[in-house]
Amino acid sequence: MSSKNINITVKVWRQQDAKSKGIFESYPLSNISTDSSFLEMMDVLNEKLVTENQEPIAFDHDCREGICGMCSLFINGHAHGPDSLVTTCQLHMRKFNDGQTITIEPWRSGGFPVIKDLMVDRSAFDKIMQAGGFVSVNTGGVPDANAIPIAQADAEEAMDAAACIGCGACVATCKNSSAMLFVSAKVSQLALLPQGKIEAARRAKNMVAKMDELGFGNCSNTGACEVECPKGISLAHIARLNREFLCAKVKE
Amino acid sequence: MTKLNSKIPEGQIHEKWANYKAHQNLVNPSNKRKIDIIIVGTGLAGASAAASLAEMGFKVKNFCYQDSPRRAHSIAAQGGINAAKNYQNDGDSIYRLFYDTIKGGDYRAREANVYRLAEVSNDIIDQSVAQGVPFAREYGGLLDNRSFGGAQVSRTFYARGQTGQQLLLGAYSALSRQIGLGNIEMYPRVEMMDVVVVDGRARGIVTRNLVTGKIESHFAHAVVLATGGYVNVYYLSTNAMGSNSSAAWKAHKKGAYFANPAYVQIHPTAIPVHGEFQSKLTLMSESLRNDGRIWVPKKKEDAEAIRQGTKKPNDIPDEDRDFYLERRYPAFGNLVPRDVASRAAKERTDHGFGIENNPTKEGVYLDFKYAIDRLGKGVIEARYGNLFQMYEKIVDQDPYQTPMKIFPALHYAMGGLWVDYELQSTIPGLFVAGEANFSDHGANRLGASALMQGLADGYFVLPYTIQNYLADQIGVARMKPSERPEFKEAEEAVKAHINKLMSVKGTESVDSIHRRLGLVMWNKVGMGRTEAGLKEAITEIKALRKEFWANVRIPGSADAMNVELEKANRLADFLELGELMAIDALHRNESCGGHLREEYQTPEGEALRDDNNFMYVGAWEYKGENTQPDLHKEELKYEAIEVKSRNYKTA
Repeated sequence: MSSKNINITVKVWRQQDAKSKGIFESYPLSNISTDSSFLEMMDVLNEKLVTENQEPIAFDHDCREGICGMCSLFINGHAHGPDSLVTTCQLHMRKFNDGQTITIEPWRSGGFPVIKDLMVDRSAFDKIMQAGGFVSVNTGGVPDANAIPIAQADAEEAMDAAACIGCGACVATCKNSSAMLFVSAKVSQLALLPQGKIEAARRAKNMVAKMDELGFGNCSNTGACEVECPKGISLAHIARLNREFLCAKVKE
Repeated sequence: MTKLNSKIPEGQIHEKWANYKAHQNLVNPSNKRKIDIIIVGTGLAGASAAASLAEMGFKVKNFCYQDSPRRAHSIAAQGGINAAKNYQNDGDSIYRLFYDTIKGGDYRAREANVYRLAEVSNDIIDQSVAQGVPFAREYGGLLDNRSFGGAQVSRTFYARGQTGQQLLLGAYSALSRQIGLGNIEMYPRVEMMDVVVVDGRARGIVTRNLVTGKIESHFAHAVVLATGGYVNVYYLSTNAMGSNSSAAWKAHKKGAYFANPAYVQIHPTAIPVHGEFQSKLTLMSESLRNDGRIWVPKKKEDAEAIRQGTKKPNDIPDEDRDFYLERRYPAFGNLVPRDVASRAAKERTDHGFGIENNPTKEGVYLDFKYAIDRLGKGVIEARYGNLFQMYEKIVDQDPYQTPMKIFPALHYAMGGLWVDYELQSTIPGLFVAGEANFSDHGANRLGASALMQGLADGYFVLPYTIQNYLADQIGVARMKPSERPEFKEAEEAVKAHINKLMSVKGTESVDSIHRRLGLVMWNKVGMGRTEAGLKEAITEIKALRKEFWANVRIPGSADAMNVELEKANRLADFLELGELMAIDALHRNESCGGHLREEYQTPEGEALRDDNNFMYVGAWEYKGENTQPDLHKEELKYEAIEVKSRNYKTA
């Protein structure tokens, strides 16, 4: 590991609130360690802004270990930046060069309105989950966990889908602002398991209807979402969602 | 002095919970609709409680500071969840899980609570599977288990290295279902600022909307805090950046006792500190200790050469490696409990054997070479692939080729608000669940037990005990906060507090003060504590608190989104809690679990308890700013277990 320090220029989208117009502001930063994370670089910038009595840049983040899904950021044209299979909080400055200009934008989608600066409102994802992203069981009165054997391959594929962190990179990347990868991950996870199979068609129908209602676009199979997904959620889940959705329609 | 009543039910240990449920009071379905319950927090405890209570028919309001309930930090738990299923036929039972948890907690937890926890552990696994949680399975289709520290059985269920995520998303799905059905009102990006007490009972909360800055009040017949732990008082920890103690601390100032604040867990396997701008520490799951061997060089000159970069770890032959856990604890080896593993790492680095080139030379190796030789790379990749990937992204080294560098880091708070058997605090109507309470882990928590406790509290304990409290509250009509002086006063106090913060207009950033608090806490209220150090810590924290109130700078306004204000509000509370932690650590003249007082250890460096004088829960009562808090003692009685000194050397 060779640690060094680099100088960079950060070009950031600043927007006071949902109603205001936003603009790009540029900030030079010197002596950033390549071992620091991208968000630690943002911390340094914010610390500097506070010292200068300016308002720091608002951005969402929480766990800083790539699992909570709260961080976002469109960095140099890529959701979660130039590295693959990482969230912004796991991105490190060693992926950037001395003298580079780094452009940082919020997720841009009609479904995710900007709240402030780089922070967006992703509550639409919660609403889609509330429409059907569950197995309808109450607490208590369920069978023993080993009463339902599940083939290991099915459990593993369900786990692949369940790894979705709900960050919204797929929507931000899609030219149609489609939420199909997000929706398909949940539909697919539960359709693969006997517990979820029972209401699979109904679930697909309700979640897709909610997604359409909230203004997310259609999937045109470009596969951009899969490339930018920090958890490597596969497009194959969209195919399974389409199958379940068709089933639901045929039954009607 | 108030006598703490833990309300432990009658009967033998295995009959207590059944007796409680058989005789408790219930609320009938038509009355449940008339009862409001506030739940603060949406982690495992909060989300599971909100969903379960709403399913039963109560009207629930659920709050979280994050943008979505699915972000709560339970999501980051990696390794697994314990249950006494005995699917492996390796001798596990409810009693053994209970026993291991009490022993792991160094005989400082309440027996009846821990037994109940072990009893409901199996229901949690059933519930999660029914929700579609994709736990790891064997080829035959049945559930797989792994081992964790402090146990000699395999009882840990897991979903790759993302067990917390999957369990939380299970609880979140149940929560989402109830929100969709209109039984829960969800308030994301809303932070609790205070508890409102009316006629001696918790009746609601005051909140700040983090997007608009608006201060609001909410009424409920009962309030549940499921707001997590407080180890971000150390600034650097494995907690999320937003994890904070404010809800618990505000409740403490309103009359809820704070129990065992000095008991915090320092997890042995996090990635070592790398630089001054570091914002958090990343955990490497305890499950790695199943297959990784921990070592440092036997020779100081080798350690020095590694730190200087003139030698690589793979240059050190096996005979020059000190596998110090295997050496000191042959029966448990690398799977000793967390407190023991952390202390042993500190012992080696204190003696100059640390391998990381950071200012404190803090770091040891976790080596997978031996497991890869034995099992093949494929098996290790299947077990820990995502953790190895995470490590490589952060450290830029390949752990399949070179040993991982690890060091202990602040991870979990065993201490928390004092609760009785019903999880009710000393404020009637205020319940506390999950990491926010103190109840089940004593002075040290075993791995894979936090997920178990959070979900036990939320799915299977609170739904019963809250009903028992609410049974005589059905006649209490919903209050309108705008018409009640108690709510108005609380709102005014919150606004005054915010104005006071905003009007300091100093020159130091919140983070810069928080970092300094963290250093005091880590150096003096950390892994090794002394009387002198703790006294210094108290003085230094007081001074830092003064400096904060004289010189903190918060740009922007309070009437809009203001992240610096959010952080300042949380830091103001950490600056008070940190002092209480030091006071508690100073009064406890013994070593137990995560609390090591250097004056109290055996010649071999093992923790030395003093059961004659300290076998109690220390619950502190707030007496006002800059006033010494009062200590209340809940004596711990062990009837089902024989108290011994903890031994992980022989079986």
